[in-house]
Amino acid sequence: MQAKLSVVALSVAAAFALAACGQKEEPKPVAAPAAPAAPVAKPEVVVKLGHAAPMTGPQAHLGKDNENGAALAIEELNAKGLEIGGAKVKFELLAEDDQADPKQGSIVAQKLVDAKVNGVIGHLNSGTTIPASKLYADAGIPQISGSATNPKYTQQGFKTAFRVMANDVQQGKALGEFAAKQGVKTVAVVDDRTAYGQGLADEFKKAAEAAGLKVVASEFTNDKATDFKAILTKIKSKKAELVFFGGMDAQGGPMAKQMKELGIKAKFLGGDGVCTPEFMKLGGEAAEGNYCSLPGMPLEKLAKGPEFKDKFVKKFGTEIQLYAPYVYDAVMVMADSMKRADSVDPAKYLPAIGQTKYDGVTAMIEFDEFGDLKGGAISVYQYKGGKLEYVETLGGGAVATAQAEVKEAVAEVKDAAKAVAGAAADAGKEAVKAGAEAVKSAAEATKAAVEKK
Amino acid sequence: MDIFLQQIINGLVQGSIYALVALGYTMVYGIMGLINFAHGEVVMIGTLVTITVAGTMIKAGMPVVLAGFAGLSASVLVCMALGWGLERIAYRPLRNAPRLTPLITAIGMSIVLQNLAMMIWGRNYMTFPPLLPKMDFEVAGANFTAVQLIIVLVSSLTMGGLLLLVYRTKLGMAMRATSQNPAVASLMGVNINRVIAAAFVIGSALGALAGVMVGTYYEIAHYQMGFMLGLKAFTAAVLGGIGNLAGAMLGGVLLGIIEALGAGYIGDLTGGFLGSHYQDIFAFIVLIIVLMFKPSGLFGEKTGDRA
Repeated sequence: MQAKLSVVALSVAAAFALAACGQKEEPKPVAAPAAPAAPVAKPEVVVKLGHAAPMTGPQAHLGKDNENGAALAIEELNAKGLEIGGAKVKFELLAEDDQADPKQGSIVAQKLVDAKVNGVIGHLNSGTTIPASKLYADAGIPQISGSATNPKYTQQGFKTAFRVMANDVQQGKALGEFAAKQGVKTVAVVDDRTAYGQGLADEFKKAAEAAGLKVVASEFTNDKATDFKAILTKIKSKKAELVFFGGMDAQGGPMAKQMKELGIKAKFLGGDGVCTPEFMKLGGEAAEGNYCSLPGMPLEKLAKGPEFKDKFVKKFGTEIQLYAPYVYDAVMVMADSMKRADSVDPAKYLPAIGQTKYDGVTAMIEFDEFGDLKGGAISVYQYKGGKLEYVETLGGGAVATAQAEVKEAVAEVKDAAKAVAGAAADAGKEAVKAGAEAVKSAAEATKAAVEKK
Repeated sequence: MDIFLQQIINGLVQGSIYALVALGYTMVYGIMGLINFAHGEVVMIGTLVTITVAGTMIKAGMPVVLAGFAGLSASVLVCMALGWGLERIAYRPLRNAPRLTPLITAIGMSIVLQNLAMMIWGRNYMTFPPLLPKMDFEVAGANFTAVQLIIVLVSSLTMGGLLLLVYRTKLGMAMRATSQNPAVASLMGVNINRVIAAAFVIGSALGALAGVMVGTYYEIAHYQMGFMLGLKAFTAAVLGGIGNLAGAMLGGVLLGIIEALGAGYIGDLTGGFLGSHYQDIFAFIVLIIVLMFKPSGLFGEKTGDRA
């Protein structure tokens, strides 16, 4: 019996040891550049960049747009022929479909981790980006998202998580203040219950209430719905003067249209998810005259914007939907960091990402200590004559205060965690003591029983 | 009060769409006992074909009425061919296989059709050309459009037509005979293959019609639009008693109205604890209650293992 037990114990120990080994091995250098052995032929290193976005489902058009942005950047990088660590670098895109579904997002994230990618661009949605970011952080793989705007993404304390777009605290705040300036008094808020939609709607609600607006209705839908008449009817009965939608264009377009059909005269306002040509196509006349916002500045107003647009349209034969320029910048920032660190090893070039100062298409990209874009501006647009017309750019000052708030919150959380840890340690010590005593007394009882016999 | 009326109208229109799709499910189930999960995709292809044909014709400067009819006929024809092909390729070889096998094939066909549509029409949303004149009406504070009226009319007329077909024609008699006992029916000189193929072709034509209605109503289309719609329509068919035509109609309308009322009132009823995104819970609770007391659905007949 004892022999058997020890075998079991041994195998358990071995399993633990193995598991521990496995964990240790994961963050090891991935495609470490080969040592320059022969100076004659320069070695070539393949750098694998993972990309994840929905390529199927209602947001497939946005997913393809993101992938095109990444593909364009990689094509240009390869044409340039970068040299990193003395080796010629060839970038390769590993594109995955996460179906905008948090479950699928984690599956493809694991797939990318297993493929030992050097970095990840994406995901598109906040709902997929947040759970996936943990997997990348555990594996030590840097991740830059060009479109996940939920503040939580960078607030989890992962050193590997970055984004090249303003977050929803900034956007919701700007939109709430913008709504107050429109001369309305009552607003209805609708969101699609995704991490992005809900997060943006909550931030908007806070800002709107702070600006003295009254939120008369909070309604919900989902990111696959096409019929909104029931919730819109309810909003109509509450006499809202403005309807804010936190969600994507595929829902926003029909929603604006159905508002009109129901005779609702309220204005429609939305965030970056509905600031697309697709929204206007789907919303038709109902989109006309309404407003939406996009992080950053309009492409036309940026130095490299028009040039990027021409390149994109020429290569893919379609208009830019939404995030392609941001994804393009994300790839460029990653490549730039590798070049500055002179290494494609995630562990080595990760610190370089934090020190990025890259003049991208969308902005001058610099990160704060959380991995958020520094000084991200928010621009408001109006749908006019089937086009998005630039209205104004908000933000800047608001950003600083938001960051200060976040810092405070993080400090609080840290204190709380310390307290919890301390308490847990004490509790643990006591438990161990109690357990040892229990074992001792049990042994004594056994001994006594044996002696009795 | 006007809100209640408006919610009933919302539900009635949505329900009529469910009903129109549910008729296609129930038609095939009534005869073969097969749940054709690819039916939602037939609806989707009906919508997309109409967009392509009518959209091109309108762009070429033809009158909207003509383009609309051409689009409708084209989509009905394509879907009929599709329905026939589905039966011939995916279901007929499996007719004597265990009942689970054709069900899985149906799910497989649904995925194949979705991806095929994605390859042909792309991933982007498409806008449906406005085929019907835009007219708004207002009655007692409730708004509705001409399109909504037409949808309710078309689905009621279609159901009436189907009932006539099944109970007043020779083909209908053959269908009923096949549904009761295919082996005996074939001994009586009924060509089973032809009857089943006819059921698929008619069901798919209805699917095309439903597709055009959905397209005109929401004015958008997408290669995955058929999935959710098919699921809801299937639920409606089960609610009404699958295999029963009047049941499909009633189930569809009921489901639509329950959903609309659920979304409209669930928040107030639960004091804000459950939001409007729980509207489906409402619909499915009703479904579960109905099935608990009447497992064959509202209008369904009691059947043995074989439907």
